[in-house]
Amino acid sequence: MSIVFSKPLSLTDNVLTYCPGCTHGIIHRLVAEAIDDLGVQSQTIGVAPVGCAVFAYNFFAVDMLQAAHGRAPAVATGVKRVHPDKIVFTYQGDGDLASIGMAEIMHAAARGEKITTIFVNNAIYGMTGGQMAPTTLVGQVTTTSPYGRSEELTGKPIRVSEIISQLDGTAYAARVSAHDPKHVMEAKKAIRKAFETQRGGAGFSMVEVLSTCPTNWGMTPIEALKWVATDMVPYYPLGVYKDLSKGAA
Amino acid sequence: MAKLLMKGNEAIAESAIRSGCRFFFGYPITPQNQIPEYMSKRMPQIGGTFLQAESEVSAINMVYGASGSGARVMTSSSGPGISLKQEGISYLAGAQLPCVIVNIMRGGPGLGSIQPSQGDYFQSTRGGGHGDYRVPVLAPSSVSEAVSLTQRAFDLADQYRTPVILLGDGMIGQMMEPVDLPDQPDQPAAPSAPSKPWAATGWDGSRPRSIINSLYIDPSALERHNTMLQDKFAEIAKNEVAYSSEHTDDADLIIIAYGTVARIARSAIRAARASGIKVGMIRPITLWPFPSEPIARAARTAKAFLTVEMSAGQMVDDARLAVGGLKPVYFYGRTGGMVPAVRDVLARIKEAV
Ligand SMILES: Cc1ncc(C[n+]2csc(CCOP(=O)(O)OP(=O)(O)O)c2C)c(N)n1
Ligand code: SF4
Repeated sequence: MSIVFSKPLSLTDNVLTYCPGCTHGIIHRLVAEAIDDLGVQSQTIGVAPVGCAVFAYNFFAVDMLQAAHGRAPAVATGVKRVHPDKIVFTYQGDGDLASIGMAEIMHAAARGEKITTIFVNNAIYGMTGGQMAPTTLVGQVTTTSPYGRSEELTGKPIRVSEIISQLDGTAYAARVSAHDPKHVMEAKKAIRKAFETQRGGAGFSMVEVLSTCPTNWGMTPIEALKWVATDMVPYYPLGVYKDLSKGAA
Repeated sequence: MAKLLMKGNEAIAESAIRSGCRFFFGYPITPQNQIPEYMSKRMPQIGGTFLQAESEVSAINMVYGASGSGARVMTSSSGPGISLKQEGISYLAGAQLPCVIVNIMRGGPGLGSIQPSQGDYFQSTRGGGHGDYRVPVLAPSSVSEAVSLTQRAFDLADQYRTPVILLGDGMIGQMMEPVDLPDQPDQPAAPSAPSKPWAATGWDGSRPRSIINSLYIDPSALERHNTMLQDKFAEIAKNEVAYSSEHTDDADLIIIAYGTVARIARSAIRAARASGIKVGMIRPITLWPFPSEPIARAARTAKAFLTVEMSAGQMVDDARLAVGGLKPVYFYGRTGGMVPAVRDVLARIKEAV
């Protein structure tokens, strides 16, 4: 008998604490698979955010640091400067990365910090109960935009991959989605590519993953997956925004 | 050991390097700029890392990452920048990460001034950030003491797994004095730096996974964590008090002053004694833990105390707690970057006796 499905080595046995239908879990799995595929589990150090993924240190079977809200790229910078030979990654939500932590992510990218950021964009603040994020779509109802996000009041959502890819220090930036198997396979490729980019020393790498929050979107898991395709993808176009890694065309 | 004439800020930086510090993350602010500037020159010469962060917030979190993965690391700043670091210092204390934070104090509140001050006493000695914690605070009163306390700060940080604050005022940072530097300029790590099996350095299965963290979502777990931290703080308070006392045995009045103000007080004491007034001084070297016990002991014989500070009266609270109402504790201070003059301190001494 051959094993056709098994848990990645880089995931612990701890039960994930994410809500049913939340794609944080799938993204964890993809990150762990990338670490396994590259055979770098023992050389990888991860940084967990503040957000629903705060407990990531319980789930990734690598050494982990838990960072203050938004500061994961600065923490990862400290780690990487001490251990330039290690693979260092941050895992961050959209409130963490694109609101309170905007300075840290921009400057880590601008410095060409050789780290990888997994950026989970679910268009909302999950952990604190569904408030508006900088990535919340215009018209989207959240607990702090009860009439729908108003463009007049709060502008339009931030497209992080587009901005990050403009910085010279960024070697790889891609936006992918976790809403169906085909896109999950693409996400897997991008995440692996980002880690390879770090290993090759080309510069900063980031993968933005469009993700669901059925709990705070007020949807069933199926509706949430559909909403990613129908509402998020049109505003957040998928694709590779930058690839300066070796061998890239 | 060679005697060198050095500016306080540069001496602190060089002493850090000779204590095995190889990572420095900072952001410019007067009056401590010579520390990052010196580090930016020296670190590349010795295979260390100097990085100018995009803010003090970022700098302290780089410190968190470097410390959490096992390095001896330092940052430095002043007033407004130290305020920005407070969230990070709270995380460092919660996650029990050793590091040294230099605060070369300037006048406040707000943007205040760039002149010397001691207005950050409360902030430093009460933790400064959110939650229940303390950090050791070392207050040099000369450049050579800044050198030795910098080394001490790194050792304390590693021994107790805690951030340590080196608290100087603008005068310490800017003045030039002769210093003795320990002779290990190129040693990769200080001999006294212990191994750090808890650090996140990559997990190969030979030890438990390292998790650097201050989150304990279960209240009973967080209380246990806090109890453990408090036990550690009690241990530090018991073992690490440092102070000097001068002419206290026969003193009717004891001045309590720290940092460069202690030097001004010393001149005033000399003048007072010349005119027959018996004045002595207790100079706290650690502000936390505060030398409460020697002050309480002195309260049995002295008739009164006078704290002299470059603040509106902060350390005086700790002095009064130590004296416990037994004797009057007077206060004299200047603020805004104004430095107490010897003749004014002398006038207060005469008022107090
Ligand atoms: C300094 C600070 N401000 C606010 C918070 C509260 N807080 C916790 S998580 C969070 C938002 C998380 O949202 P996001 O980053 O989008 O991650 P998600 O939970 O959606 O995965 C906020 C505001 C905090 N912990 N620290
Ligand atoms: S609140 Fe939203 S983002 Fe957080 S675990 Fe639940 S579904 Fe996922």
